[in-house]
Amino acid sequence: MSIDLSQFKQTFLEESDEGLDVLESGLLALDSGSADEDVIHAVFRAAHSIKGGAGTFGLNEIASFTHIMETLLDEMRDGRREITQEAITALLNSVDVLRDMLEAAAEDVPPPMENAEQVTQELEAILNGVGQATIQTTTQATTNEQVVDEESVASVGWKVFFKPMEHMLRTGNDTVRILRELSALGEIKLTSDTSEIPDFSLMDPELSYISWNAELTGEISKEQITEIFEWVDEDCELVIEPFGEAKVEETAVPEAVAVAAETVQVAPETTAQPATVQSEPAAQPVAAKKERKKEGGSIRVGTDKVDELINMVGELVITQSMLSQMGSDFSMQRLEDMREGLSQLERNTRELQESVMRIRMLPISFSFQRFPRLVHDLSSKMGKKIELKLSGEQTELDKTVMEKIGDPLVHLVRNSLDHGIEKPEVRVEAGKPETGTIHLNAYHQGGHIMIEITDDGAGLPKDKLLAKAIKQGLTTESEGENMPDDKIYDFIFHPGFSTAETVSDVSGRGVGMDVVRKNIKELGGNIELSSEWGKGTKFTIRLPLTLAILDGQLLRIGDEVYIIPLVSIIESVEIDPSQISSIAGGNEVYKLRDEYIPLLHLDKMFRRPPRHNALEDSLMVVVEGDTHNLGIIVDDLLTQQQVVIKSLESNYKRVEGISGATILGDGTVALILDMMGLIAMSQAVDAPHAKAS
Amino acid sequence: MGKSILAVDDSTSMRQMVSFTLKGAGYDVTEAEDGQKALDIAKTKEFDMVLSDVNMPIMDGIQLIKELRQLPSFKFTPILMLTTESGTAKKMEGKQAGATGWIVKPFNPDQLLGTVKRVLG
Repeated sequence: MSIDLSQFKQTFLEESDEGLDVLESGLLALDSGSADEDVIHAVFRAAHSIKGGAGTFGLNEIASFTHIMETLLDEMRDGRREITQEAITALLNSVDVLRDMLEAAAEDVPPPMENAEQVTQELEAILNGVGQATIQTTTQATTNEQVVDEESVASVGWKVFFKPMEHMLRTGNDTVRILRELSALGEIKLTSDTSEIPDFSLMDPELSYISWNAELTGEISKEQITEIFEWVDEDCELVIEPFGEAKVEETAVPEAVAVAAETVQVAPETTAQPATVQSEPAAQPVAAKKERKKEGGSIRVGTDKVDELINMVGELVITQSMLSQMGSDFSMQRLEDMREGLSQLERNTRELQESVMRIRMLPISFSFQRFPRLVHDLSSKMGKKIELKLSGEQTELDKTVMEKIGDPLVHLVRNSLDHGIEKPEVRVEAGKPETGTIHLNAYHQGGHIMIEITDDGAGLPKDKLLAKAIKQGLTTESEGENMPDDKIYDFIFHPGFSTAETVSDVSGRGVGMDVVRKNIKELGGNIELSSEWGKGTKFTIRLPLTLAILDGQLLRIGDEVYIIPLVSIIESVEIDPSQISSIAGGNEVYKLRDEYIPLLHLDKMFRRPPRHNALEDSLMVVVEGDTHNLGIIVDDLLTQQQVVIKSLESNYKRVEGISGATILGDGTVALILDMMGLIAMSQAVDAPHAKAS
Repeated sequence: MGKSILAVDDSTSMRQMVSFTLKGAGYDVTEAEDGQKALDIAKTKEFDMVLSDVNMPIMDGIQLIKELRQLPSFKFTPILMLTTESGTAKKMEGKQAGATGWIVKPFNPDQLLGTVKRVLG
């Protein structure tokens, strides 16, 4: 029977990912000395499982690489080896290597071996060449075994004396099975010795008293026989000698041979594979393929969530059948019942929707767990002492949102590490504890998840920010004088804005805070910051729990109904036409209090029938963009409601300025406006005009 | 119904592989993800054979074997360890605890079936 092992590979890769996380967090805990014995056991087990699975599923490079890690961890676990900083670092490096190898395995490309070889050397150096020695002995045993093999084929056959010890049955080994296997090897002549069976009254049926003499004829190697007795080696007396030849004294199978036999079993697989794989070009475009992997990932859902879902569906079916029964013989007396039924249906639907959503929800710990390592590595690199605190790790959010917030979070934490927390000596001088703290916190608020990144570092230098903003022409000196703090802090989200004196390789590598904010906005969220000079900085990210549903404001322009995500709306005002002024290029701005806001006529932009109302009867909805705000002129604001987002791209095609569509209660389709897209469009419209003027 | 096997391993992929292979050969397989869960199941149901991983959280394979051998219905049941330990120390520890024998990881489905058939006949 041949079974396709690849069907289990996906499961193996997923659990290996989890294993790597266990490894990483365990090693970090060991490093900081906060680990107890359970941790080293868990770490060992994780490496051990990866090795076992990798071997089973044909990922031999991973298996042999993990083997060295496992050996080292095993010695640490037994207390045979001290847990040193050096070893932890090497093991952490090997976690990275393994992660790459597993990723390659997921893409079915040969694993990258360069780093693996280097880390292997590091690990072997730590093992003090012990690894080398083991390998040598194994090979030696193998060759020995082969020699023995040739010699051990007896010309005629074998005489086997087998005397189970009394307790052998209690190990689950059955004499009958062993004799049956023996007889399968060739022709057998079996005699039993029952002389040791005690008197009936003393006999214990659970013990074994009979010994056996077997004469086996045929072309049988000694190993074939010893293999049968492998499990009972210690539980019996066993004499195997060649038939009719000079007696070779050998009572029990030497241990070395038994071990060697196993080595041989696995050897063809472990050695043959790497040779063929390595000869192929190693560097495949892995990066390009990574994307694809993320698109169609799988998700592990707790059984309780599935059960809950099934429950809901059950309820829904009951309500539905109740309603349809009512429909078949309806009279006005039952109107109240029907209303009741309909509201129950509504409740069921809502609950069902919620629990379906919950299936895609994962605890944010999946995203947080990479930070201990990041902070550990970077802080030692920068000579800073930093403690990372995590809280609210069990707060759940949508899988897609989580995947997309990963990079911005990393950027923010790097930023806190680099610019926020000061060097130990500076901190001491300022009367602060030497070790700085970065705190990641998550919690739910309304239909949103809030993520806070707080550091107790230097805080943002307000004066420097303002000076830089003036220098870059983002504001003027007079404007800056009475500028509120949050406006000043806001400059850091401007493209190309960085106050760092030196560009370190930790942060300030091109990707700026503007990208962070853009990414967060694209998810329909926002980011705020507060800071106190000398005390620290706190970033607060607010994200929707899911991307499938949004809170929308319905608005009407001409005959069209559009939807704006509620989070992007700052305010809505009645238009005072006198505040509108035309600027170069035929564009208009609206003076709202002290701010000039570019105006957008959606009807013109989308080339739709014009607005019904005159300008003075219209409203302006002020929406927030990443660089500036925008005023959209609308006829009317309708209701606010939750809308289910349908992809326009998969049903029609991508349209600039539109992020999706939804179906309204009356069955019509309404388009959901994409604020970022609209602002980009309005700027694109501006640009050629600006040049012309 | 074929003979019943209790398969214990904390690794889902290994459990799936073992279970799939044995079910395909007509065995009735029950899965458990650690020693404690296996023991709980074993207290309510008899099996013709137990296949158990050694390194597991909560209760490891060695302890499971010791506990199983205390149960009257598992006194003579074949219990095989699924082990990557090529050294003999773990195997001997298992034998001391009452294991029947072992299957060395990595094994392929054919090797697994071969051994199981050998024991169950």
